[in-house]
Amino acid sequence: MLIDSGSPGAAGTIGISLTINGERREIQVAPWTTLLDLLRERLDLTGTKKGCDHGQCGACTVLVNGTRINSCLSLAVMQDGAEITTVEGLASLAAREGKNSLHPIQEAFVEHDAFQCGYCTPGQLCSSVGLMNEGHAHSREEIREAMSGNICRCGAYTNIVDAIEDVMQQGGAR
Amino acid sequence: MNRFDYVRPNTVAEAVQALGADPQARFIAGGTNLIDLMKYDVERPGRLIDITRLPLRDITEQDGGYRIGALVTNATVAYDARIKERYPLLSSAILAGASAQLRNAASTGGNLLQRTRCYYFYDTATPCNKREPGTGCGAIGGVNRIHAILGASEHCIATHPSDMAVALAALEAVVQVSGPNGDRSIPLSEFHRLPGDDPAKDTNLAPGEIIVAVDLPAKQFKTNYTYLKLRDRLSYAFALVSVAAALELDGETIRTARLALGGVAHKPWRNPEAEALLQGKPATRETFQAAADLILREAKPQSTNGFKIELARRAIVRGLEQAAAGTPQSQSDKRIQ
Repeated sequence: MLIDSGSPGAAGTIGISLTINGERREIQVAPWTTLLDLLRERLDLTGTKKGCDHGQCGACTVLVNGTRINSCLSLAVMQDGAEITTVEGLASLAAREGKNSLHPIQEAFVEHDAFQCGYCTPGQLCSSVGLMNEGHAHSREEIREAMSGNICRCGAYTNIVDAIEDVMQQGGAR
Repeated sequence: MNRFDYVRPNTVAEAVQALGADPQARFIAGGTNLIDLMKYDVERPGRLIDITRLPLRDITEQDGGYRIGALVTNATVAYDARIKERYPLLSSAILAGASAQLRNAASTGGNLLQRTRCYYFYDTATPCNKREPGTGCGAIGGVNRIHAILGASEHCIATHPSDMAVALAALEAVVQVSGPNGDRSIPLSEFHRLPGDDPAKDTNLAPGEIIVAVDLPAKQFKTNYTYLKLRDRLSYAFALVSVAAALELDGETIRTARLALGGVAHKPWRNPEAEALLQGKPATRETFQAAADLILREAKPQSTNGFKIELARRAIVRGLEQAAAGTPQSQSDKRIQ
């Protein structure tokens, strides 16, 4: 066995290594800690939101090795070794490419008024970057379908699609 | 969520051994269903066996078909160039289900093993023979809009929620499992079971067994197929009724017909009699209606889901028409042609 929670460390906890927004961290976690709770409660990365906590709203969307998932439905311990990007890391993702302000999708959300209350926005942003990394959505219809895992109760959907389409036309994700 | 022990094996043999040592443990892969059930206290495993490090992430060619490793994600299968080209029905069915985030995490094996989304199964304050055998069924006579119209029992009227499994049933996929007594193959249509008097058991997987792969046979149905899914909202919702239809045609005549329904029973629903009826007949609406009538002859409505019988009848006819015309349902443009 590679890992066993009976191993040394604080009782019942497991040591894992994660790279979060470019920074490598060694963390002891209880196996029942979700990735979402680890980010918010332990690491103070509260940009990632807890909406439904059941994979139905998408507010907790983060990128794991560049792929978008619901962080509420993943255990932190299962992500041992992974590279996690949260909304807090999107700007630095852009900075790596020599840009020193917001990520293009963040700028596009501002420009297109793609949010109202803002609660779903971190998930919408991470999901948008994931969508562009995937490269399967091209038309507006396909963008809408590929964003259906992110609910916006304020109903900013039209402007969210505008923002994504805009960034895609400028050359897409990074 | 309850507290639990956690182990992470590296090989299938280690995983099978870990489950053998603790039969109450659960395997976890994508986690998208199990973690949700644990948050509702529907599942309370004392130990999780994290199988994500097992070497089951490849799609390989085999006997003219393909073997999909149990850990290949739903998204990877759906967008794999070989699968899209040769088994577009499977690709389409997967993309009809869940959301992009869930498909990115969910595994092939886990998709087959996901539990019903029956409200009563999820609500630990209500009776449920699937969750707690012998307590009764809250759905019978309760809110049962989404429940079964075929193959249900007096103990359980839950449906299996997978879209992928419906396509796999039509494609006659085979599930490869490994267990304490070695390896064996289970045809997809025999993998899930009807509730009968033991609804706690969703599948015919034996205790201690693990899914290692799903095999797609050589027959592909590249041209005349569709996955038509009808639901309460156009995306990110479970099927009220879905139809996987696949045909081989000689001109206007049906040479081979495969038809599987989702959202209507405790398993993907196939009716060999109906498929036999279609064979050799002209691919016309009359033929399709006859097949639909045959399939739904034994349909039984619950108190609030009678509409599903007519919905299924029309979905079967429309699905077969889409397949015959070679105009499969788009999973992004939701208009039904």
